[in-house]
Amino acid sequence: MINSKKKLVVIGNGMAGINTVEQILKLTDKYEITVLGSEPHPNYNRIMLSYVLEGSKTIDDIILNDLQWYADQGITLYTGKMVKSIDGENKKILTEDGLEIDYDVALVATGSQSFILPIPGKELPGVIGFRDIADCSAMLEAAKTYKKAAVIGGGLLGLEAAKGLVNLGMDVTVVHLMEDLMERQLDREASAMLKAELERQGIKFAMQMQTSEVYGQDRVQGLRFSDGSELEADLVVMAVGIKPNIQVAVQSGMETNRGIVVDDLMRTSVPDVYAVGECVEHRGICYGLVAPLFEQGSVIAKHLAGAETEGYMGSVVSTKLKISGVDVFSAGEFITQPEHTVIVAKDEWKRTYKKVLLRENKIVGTVLFGDVSESASLQKYVRQQTLMTDEIYGQLMGTGCSNHGSKTSSAETMADDEIVCGCNGVTKKAIVDAINDNGLTTVDEIKACTGATRSCGGCKPVVEQILQYVLGDSFKTSAKQGICSCTTLSRDEIVEAIKTKGLTTTREVMNVLGWHNDEGCSKCRPALNYYLGMINPDTYENEGDSRFVNERLHANIQKDGTFTVVPRMYGGVTTPEDLKKIADVSLKYNVKVVKVTGGQRLDLIGVRKEDLPKVWEELDMPSGYAYAKSLRTVKTCVGSQFCRFGTQDSMGMGEVLERKFERLDFPAKFKLAVNGCPRNCAESCTKDIGIVGNDGGWEIFIGGNGGIKARLADSLCKVKTDAELIDIVGSVMQLYRETGQYLERTSEWVERIGLEEIQKAVVQDTANRQALVERIEFALQQVEDPWKKIINDEDSRKNLFEVVTPSIV
Amino acid sequence: MIKNAEWLVVGHSKDFPIRIGRTIHIKGVEIAVFRTSENELYAVENINPHPKRGPLTEAIVSGHYIYDPLYDWKIDLQTGIVQEPDHGQVKTFAVCEEGEEVKISLETV
Ligand SMILES: Cc1cc2nc3c(=O)[nH]c(=O)nc-3n(C[C@H](O)[C@H](O)[C@H](O)COP(=O)(O)OP(=O)(O)OC[C@H]3O[C@@H](n4cnc5c(N)ncnc54)[C@H](O)[C@@H]3O)c2cc1C
Ligand code: SF4
Ligand code: FES
Repeated sequence: MINSKKKLVVIGNGMAGINTVEQILKLTDKYEITVLGSEPHPNYNRIMLSYVLEGSKTIDDIILNDLQWYADQGITLYTGKMVKSIDGENKKILTEDGLEIDYDVALVATGSQSFILPIPGKELPGVIGFRDIADCSAMLEAAKTYKKAAVIGGGLLGLEAAKGLVNLGMDVTVVHLMEDLMERQLDREASAMLKAELERQGIKFAMQMQTSEVYGQDRVQGLRFSDGSELEADLVVMAVGIKPNIQVAVQSGMETNRGIVVDDLMRTSVPDVYAVGECVEHRGICYGLVAPLFEQGSVIAKHLAGAETEGYMGSVVSTKLKISGVDVFSAGEFITQPEHTVIVAKDEWKRTYKKVLLRENKIVGTVLFGDVSESASLQKYVRQQTLMTDEIYGQLMGTGCSNHGSKTSSAETMADDEIVCGCNGVTKKAIVDAINDNGLTTVDEIKACTGATRSCGGCKPVVEQILQYVLGDSFKTSAKQGICSCTTLSRDEIVEAIKTKGLTTTREVMNVLGWHNDEGCSKCRPALNYYLGMINPDTYENEGDSRFVNERLHANIQKDGTFTVVPRMYGGVTTPEDLKKIADVSLKYNVKVVKVTGGQRLDLIGVRKEDLPKVWEELDMPSGYAYAKSLRTVKTCVGSQFCRFGTQDSMGMGEVLERKFERLDFPAKFKLAVNGCPRNCAESCTKDIGIVGNDGGWEIFIGGNGGIKARLADSLCKVKTDAELIDIVGSVMQLYRETGQYLERTSEWVERIGLEEIQKAVVQDTANRQALVERIEFALQQVEDPWKKIINDEDSRKNLFEVVTPSIV
Repeated sequence: MIKNAEWLVVGHSKDFPIRIGRTIHIKGVEIAVFRTSENELYAVENINPHPKRGPLTEAIVSGHYIYDPLYDWKIDLQTGIVQEPDHGQVKTFAVCEEGEEVKISLETV
């Protein structure tokens, strides 16, 4: 049989080329496809090189289509193959190494190159761009031996490179020609806020500096600027822009300008040759982002499959910076011009900035910093040049009641083939179908199923809106998620059921309450184990295999698989004898580092799992629970025993409290601090319970946190006596144990339950306080030292800690 | 089961309790062995497929899946494949129980 398939040859194995191929394959099988790419790798997600550099992804993680995929699709792939030119006359593709390949249709997708400043020294080793895997590997490698890096260019790419290099431990300076960072996406205000934030993250800046030379002997040693000043650097990354890769097109006599000139059907000036991606210039514009090239690819695919298409009309681009903790978004026009009507909200305290530009009352551009929750709607409005209305204003600027309906409607009016996730080329229709066909109810499921939101995450708000729009009323109910994906039941429903149905093991809970997943997951099993123990402290048998390793082995796992042992030091006080013992054991078991913790204990880091029981046995000190969801430490100041300001014995009270409440399970870790006077040397304002001594007694604070979400503690009450203090502390703890959600810190708990409610329960209602105290006392009677237990229990010692030695090897 | 494979005795049945991982060093390979509630044994290389590595033995076991102890990735013990939304695969080894002897073949499955 004669092969009736047409030959499609794609030049460039990058994001645009392969995405176009994928879209073609979805529509038709009438092409026999060959792909030629100059890189040695299969198709990968270039966007994510920033994450590879930052360390959160590996190169393997960012492969989009592996070699098997090409084979499965029947695509002939040449990697490491450089195309020289296209012979349009004879319809042949010519490669540098002399290969000739026939085509019926050709697609040029050669992308672009890093623009390298034409200055002396640019070819010195250690000077690179940021474009492909090779550049990324070069940076990772350089960071191992060198310390100082300079990144030229304060745009998206330069900043992401700089952050990556900082994460790799380098001392990084960003050199920027302009006054403002990302001046092509941000206005002055947002740019200044961005710079301040990045400085906080450790990046240095040299603004308004023009690099005139790279100097160095065998390798780069630094930069020289036009004003004569210098900057030392043993790695220089040029991220000043990109240059469309048009050699092939030029060699083939194609019409080019800055990029390869194409019409609305993405046709070049050579018949049957199309072009897509960053190498293209459409209506005078070269795009340097992924979203537009997916739209271009979809036009080509439809056209080649013989389907209707109105052609490519250009794209409204939006930008998101992929640096953790820095939310920046911009779309459309962003620099204020006289004809614009501008809406601005700047909040220096929350460090947020929001600007919306209107022309003739139409929304034409926006810049967001710090809070990008409105980015999805704004992107939509900008693309559609929506007229500003009171409703939209209310929704965006937070006056009046924010209208739920208007948000949903933007998902509703979105065209089916509009690309929602630019990184992964997922259309609205693909998401809607995935939701309907597979009964999805969460963004995570959509991510697993379609890949949307997997990369930069910028599309998440839109995906959420689509989900909301498709599910309609059932969104609320399905969004009322259970404690994990194994159940739809909430914490309260589960606790209630355990009590009323008298459930006694995690298995039973899962069976009786209809878990989707027979044995639960790493989220629900530890939670159920906690709830069961909290409800039945005397009868529940703790399930070690439902606990996270730290609590199963009573030591803190480190990333290399060794463990940290933390002996208790009640109230942060130890003795010379104990210190000596700690030193001896550390030496004997080759502890890697002895570290003083923020909670006033000693970390013995780097103990082998097999040695843990012996270490504890020889230390003969209780476990510090430095790893557990229970009372960790009670931090104290010097207090009245020695301090000239102290009015209360903080060390003494700290020790009493720590001894009394140690070992008890809590929903999350729990920290205390006791101060001798209001000078607050032990930092009680950031502890779950903070106690501050004063002349007539103590003041108690609750709900403080110094961790992920910092929060200052609220004043709960003042007490006169030590006995009262201990009672209130105990009753707050028990109330939290009984009403807290597993993993919910007191800082969140106080906000959820309300300070007044807690005051009512433990301060005003003394009978209730007494009942809480009795319940916690009862629970405290059941606790025992885990290490004593393990040391005396041959089986758990062996099964949990020992390595199996094969009998014959 | 792999025929002709070289089976190495690595321990006694009771060395491998339900839902608790055990580490084995054998011919220079470190292996994590898990017994599920259904009493099935699985053996995987004790190297976390996460880019930052780390051990697997201390994982939480649920059915024939484990949740890795450092990053909470869900890994299928039958295939070694990391479950969505994460990616990767850990090497699996054939393991069997004959009488009270637990045996492993270092040929990968
Ligand atoms: C670090 C980094 C971060 C980025 N972050 C974002 C982001 O957050 N959001 C966003 O939208 N975009 C981002 N981008 C831009 C995005 O990656 C590009 O827009 C996109 O990859 C362009 O696709 P393309 O197919 O046109 O070019 P490429 O993906 O570059 O592919 C072109 C391919 O053609 C090959 N080639 C070139 N010439 C020849 C030849 N003569 N013969 C054979 N093969 C040839 C090249 O080797 C290359 O593999 C980022 C880019 C980088 C480098
Ligand atoms: S908090 Fe007061 S008592 Fe404690 S050390 Fe500081 S000054 Fe002294
Ligand atoms: S747009 Fe980047 S992950 Fe979807």
